[in-house]
Amino acid sequence: MVFSEDDKRSIKGIWNKVGGHLREYGAEALERMFFVYPTTKTYFPHFDLSHGSAQVKGHGKKVADALTNAVGHLDDLPGALSALSDLHAHKLRVDPVNFKLLSHCLLVTLANHHPADFTPAVHASLDKFFASVSTVLTSKYR
Amino acid sequence: MVHLTDAEKALVSGLWGKVDVDEIGGESLSSLLVVYPWTQRFFEHFGDLSSASAVMNNAQVKAHGKKVIHSFADGLKHLDNLKGTFSSLSELHCDKLHVDPENFRLLGNMIIIALSHHLGKEFTPCAQAAFQKVVAGVANALAHKYH
Repeated sequence: MVFSEDDKRSIKGIWNKVGGHLREYGAEALERMFFVYPTTKTYFPHFDLSHGSAQVKGHGKKVADALTNAVGHLDDLPGALSALSDLHAHKLRVDPVNFKLLSHCLLVTLANHHPADFTPAVHASLDKFFASVSTVLTSKYR
Repeated sequence: MVHLTDAEKALVSGLWGKVDVDEIGGESLSSLLVVYPWTQRFFEHFGDLSSASAVMNNAQVKAHGKKVIHSFADGLKHLDNLKGTFSSLSELHCDKLHVDPENFRLLGNMIIIALSHHLGKEFTPCAQAAFQKVVAGVANALAHKYH
């Protein structure tokens, strides 16, 4: 997947707007995902998944930080996400279908909190970005 | 058939009553065409779809979005019989329009995002879950008569 200059501008633009809230949004996206798609909970039997859980907040922060790193390396996602890609392939082995579910919940969360900035063009660029990150994270699966 | 609890049914009808339905329709269809441009293959006769703003301002897209969302709204009144409600539309989409049912799932998610966009805080995880059940049910009903 190739990011146009407009895609990069849209992605970085909304990332800057969101700023410090991103970690909160990471947690909210996870909460939505666990609630809406209960099968995703199977990957977290060791977590307290109740509302406001510290573990979910912590994990949301991890996901948010990884995405922020990716935003800083849009021209080399495989490089930037290489270690996470290995982790998902060899240790976590989260079925690829689940990345679409989390990506959808991230979009729902961002649209929810930033209605004015979540334009169709930004939505399209973000969808591409999450899809690209998902592809990289599952690229070493087989 | 979708199984919504009474609380979910109340959430769905309550929130649906708060949105501008035509706007949700226009926004959902436009987003589909912008975010997944290959879906434009069904709308070559709609004129200018060359940019996000062309799509968002296209009168035919708005009109078609309105048609689609009113049909969806009809489904909301017949959650106990979605397959029956959408039976002839299912045949139409298969036999005449030749639309891959994956597109119904994509559009369903665009409706969810449009609702989130418009409702903000009220579009809680519970609300999203209830609406996801509905859009999945409608997508399955529309795919039901495919052969």
